[in-house]
Amino acid sequence: MSVSGFPAATPAPGPTVRSVRDELHGDLLEVSMGPHHPSTHGVFRMVATLDGETVTRLKPVFGYLHRNHEKIGENTTYLSSMPYTDRLDYLCSMTNNWAYALAVERLSGQAVPERAEYLRVILAELTRLLNHTCLAGFLLQDSGASGTPLMYAFREREKILDLFESLSGSRMMCNFQRFGGCRTDATPAWLGAAGALADGYGRFLDEFEELLTGNEILMARTQGVGRLPAALAVSAGVTGPVLRASGVDYDLRKVDGYGAYPRFAFRVPLGAHGDVYDRYMVRVLEMRESIGILREALRTIPDGPVMDPKAKIRGFRAKPGEVYSRIEGPKGEIGFYLISEGGPNPYRYRVRPPSLINLTILEDLCLGHTIADTVVILGSIDIVLGEVDR
Amino acid sequence: MLGTGLLQGLRVTARNLLGSFHDPKRFVTTQYPEERTKLPEAYRNFPFLVSESAEDPMGTLRCVACQICEKECPPQCIYIEKSRDKKPDANGKMQIYPAVFDIDTSVCMSCQICVEVCPFDAIEMDQVFELAATNRFEGLLLDRHALAKPNSYFHGIHPTEAAAVDARLAAARRASEEKARAAAAAKAAPKPAPADPAKAPAAPGAEAPRPSPPGP
Repeated sequence: MSVSGFPAATPAPGPTVRSVRDELHGDLLEVSMGPHHPSTHGVFRMVATLDGETVTRLKPVFGYLHRNHEKIGENTTYLSSMPYTDRLDYLCSMTNNWAYALAVERLSGQAVPERAEYLRVILAELTRLLNHTCLAGFLLQDSGASGTPLMYAFREREKILDLFESLSGSRMMCNFQRFGGCRTDATPAWLGAAGALADGYGRFLDEFEELLTGNEILMARTQGVGRLPAALAVSAGVTGPVLRASGVDYDLRKVDGYGAYPRFAFRVPLGAHGDVYDRYMVRVLEMRESIGILREALRTIPDGPVMDPKAKIRGFRAKPGEVYSRIEGPKGEIGFYLISEGGPNPYRYRVRPPSLINLTILEDLCLGHTIADTVVILGSIDIVLGEVDR
Repeated sequence: MLGTGLLQGLRVTARNLLGSFHDPKRFVTTQYPEERTKLPEAYRNFPFLVSESAEDPMGTLRCVACQICEKECPPQCIYIEKSRDKKPDANGKMQIYPAVFDIDTSVCMSCQICVEVCPFDAIEMDQVFELAATNRFEGLLLDRHALAKPNSYFHGIHPTEAAAVDARLAAARRASEEKARAAAAAKAAPKPAPADPAKAPAAPGAEAPRPSPPGP
């Protein structure tokens, strides 16, 4: 789709051009992008079959970062799996921790104090801000705006990482949630700092949008590119902002209402076209809603303990049974499936990674687009290879 | 009009560029190693063993080699061998001590789970991060001599947590003294001796003073 004022991308070929093209029409070219390629977001490989510059077939190859996460989870204690969940989607360790803690809590019937539920919401929304900010920066980097938007995004990300570090002790590998609450309590100073960040974040988003949203080059690169029909998105099991950009109103914070989310009023932004631009806009709008949730949660967070005093840290054993528990991570539905036989470690441990399942539609999005667009489309799906390969 | 979006974007970058000349707060980069940011108190990187005194770290380790951390450690980077003999701890109780306590910092992921599961507050998180070594095997495998750091050091890096730990240990010590006194009173012994080392019961979790077979 061309932006108003721009000429159409390729002029209609005249008879002379067509005959020359037919004459030059050669074999299809198979190009292997990756696994070591800066724009595949890690060790990911795309085997693209090209007709000229157009993608006619694309095969995603992954597994280069496979670390046996699920088998390790079956062989170590419940608590020992917690730091490994940090390393799934290493941008969103707080939501990974929450999803895993929620699964074990449901399995063992463990209650969580009110303050911990609020703190989890605050941390999850900070993670959402962090992830979407990074994504917007990387997406712009992928589409050729090298440097500036990414650096602006990382400047803000740094502030959130500082908050995580002063609360949990680590910037990325937080390992913060426990079965029955959170590991440490947030001090009033920390809550104040988080409130100041939430207040200032709107201004950053304004600046970021001023820089980019109306930018003609961005629109030309992203509008109409990588269109995902709602029916395909639903049938492929796509979740998160990628699904909502296609216009499907499905947000687990509303659907499941886990944690303290039913107490907060927020809207779920939806896209209309399901293209890369909509995926970018949905995330920006989601960030604005996250700021609202953050402010509300910081204002109404109750006093009290953040850890259930009856919760067991050492020698924890879950009751026999099985559970699937999911939350709305920044990338989509992150779920943990556990079967317990009553021992110190789960009998079966399985992760539902949003990145991997969203990645399965990559070929459908890329067909008919140029090889340069595949990089932008991959960026808009928002994958982290730590989670894809596990 | 075509191009307004581009000009608008350029205005933002120009504002940021010019703003950096008169507002030092816009410089977000820290020029490490000349400048250093202050680490938050909660910052954690690699565990260390707490000893009561700086002069005799090996004699005053809080660790009683119960091996709970060794079992709970997610990447299995701790290796402990129990001692054959016993030594008096800070309360004067006879305790087993770690004859070998190794942490492989090339494997450790600083997750803090050993600290959380330790019933004796004997292992805590350090804040060092400049740990380059010329040998990746011996250089990164820390033994108990390298790991032992005094309680005063712990107070220096995590003051709030260290105060809480000290309060908890003091309360436990008082409780055990009360118990010993009550036991002594029950035996109608007139002297209120604070815990006779010879008669003191074994530490919770401590097994017979036999060396355990070396783990895999």
